[in-house]
Amino acid sequence: MSGPLTDAQRVVVTGLGATTPVGGDVPSTWAALLAGQSGVKLLTEDWVETLPVHIAAPAAVDPSEQLARVEVKRNDRSGQFALVAAREAWADAAITDMDGDRLGVVIGTGIGGVLTLLANYDSLLEKGPRRVHPLAIPMLMPNSAAAHVALDLGARAGVHTPVSACASGAEAMSFAVDMIRSGRADVVVAGGTEAAIHQLNMAAFANMQALSTRNDEPERASRPYDKGRDGFVLGEGAGVVVLESAAHAKARGAKVYAEIASSGITSDAHHIAAPDPVGRGAARAMQMALDGAGIDASDIVHVNAHATSTPAGDVAEAQAMATVLGAGSTACVSATKSMTGHLLGAAGAIETIATVLALHERTAPPTVNLEDPDDDVHIDVVRGEPRKLPDGPIAALNNSFGFGGHNVALVVKSVEQ
Amino acid sequence: MAASEQEILEGLAEIVNEETGIAAEDVQPDKSFTDDLDIDSLSMMTIVVNAEEKFGVRIPDDDVKGLSTVGDAVSYIAKASA
Repeated sequence: MSGPLTDAQRVVVTGLGATTPVGGDVPSTWAALLAGQSGVKLLTEDWVETLPVHIAAPAAVDPSEQLARVEVKRNDRSGQFALVAAREAWADAAITDMDGDRLGVVIGTGIGGVLTLLANYDSLLEKGPRRVHPLAIPMLMPNSAAAHVALDLGARAGVHTPVSACASGAEAMSFAVDMIRSGRADVVVAGGTEAAIHQLNMAAFANMQALSTRNDEPERASRPYDKGRDGFVLGEGAGVVVLESAAHAKARGAKVYAEIASSGITSDAHHIAAPDPVGRGAARAMQMALDGAGIDASDIVHVNAHATSTPAGDVAEAQAMATVLGAGSTACVSATKSMTGHLLGAAGAIETIATVLALHERTAPPTVNLEDPDDDVHIDVVRGEPRKLPDGPIAALNNSFGFGGHNVALVVKSVEQ
Repeated sequence: MAASEQEILEGLAEIVNEETGIAAEDVQPDKSFTDDLDIDSLSMMTIVVNAEEKFGVRIPDDDVKGLSTVGDAVSYIAKASA
């Protein structure tokens, strides 16, 4: 980006919405993150005993408690989460006079409507083809959640669904920023959603040896950067934000949480599931995001890391972070997946919200379960208590990476109001 | 024993409410599915499939097109389950 951005090109965050393993909305989620509360639980489904992994991070509040019964019937669980989060974000933004032609929706997902697919396959086998739901396809298609949110809000500037595994939620933010900068929309509702806690997905991840098997201590299972980490914990939920051009926000006197200053997107072309061992693609994404925002590494005071609690991934990211931020960096790092588990396509969106709130509230959430740091991790991780962030203009990074070699880094800046 | 037309109407109203959110008491024999109840063709199919299971009947897709009112559906199911 050459030259300073105009207010029509600057993209600010004016609404937040989430439903996560630690809270059914943003205030309860943020309070839980600051308090270091884990959302990881022992599952009670009867299939659990068939798997080596018995733990996951289910949504704290079931969407059936937050939606009308018909909405629950007509949406895959991932769509239900997205609707809940989008409505909270939209209400929070308090936009009263929106031209739908200038409103876009970008909601990413890792696996889309997999629960609907599997439930209908069960129906097919048990009861026959007549019992496959007539709405099965519009419920299971990956763009279903985004499309339902657009229907709900009357968004007609375009509906998009980035699918880049665990980077999908962050990629949605980047796509939404581009929509506003290119003039396609004034406001974009952006986020990520995932609902994949099912025997098949758990078996597949477990067979990859990607999941923690610390079944006897669920709350201590997700432990990014700790020597004892043994994989991620599968979570579910959604995060959605309202992004708006600064000009549009200013014209209506909106409350502004922060600015999404830039994004860096790269790919590894190294392995379908394993990260580049030293995080080269991740480092390039972070550097690209810094360059795009026109700031130096030394301006970054906080990083919400991808840090899923896998042995290889955490070290690769930490090394990339140390390389990009440099030895003199004062950035403190939070790994909020230590509490939420890994929400796949929703992770980047929920962590964008955590990053935005960290800047807005000047407080970085803690990383729980980091008791014995890995010797190869040379970054300043916030442990135990939340940490106060400096006053004045500050900036943070939010990293998200996904199977397939996707790397997305976002730079979020504080906004004076 | 086959269900009476009143029982079928009540059962159908329950399904319509469950699938579309329309109040069960609005589902009356003289109401048109499309014009009065605003039920689209996809919703109609979910109602039909649920009715088939509930009443143990089969309603071929070609016959669904002929069911324009709630009363048509009730009579069809009554006849098919007799």
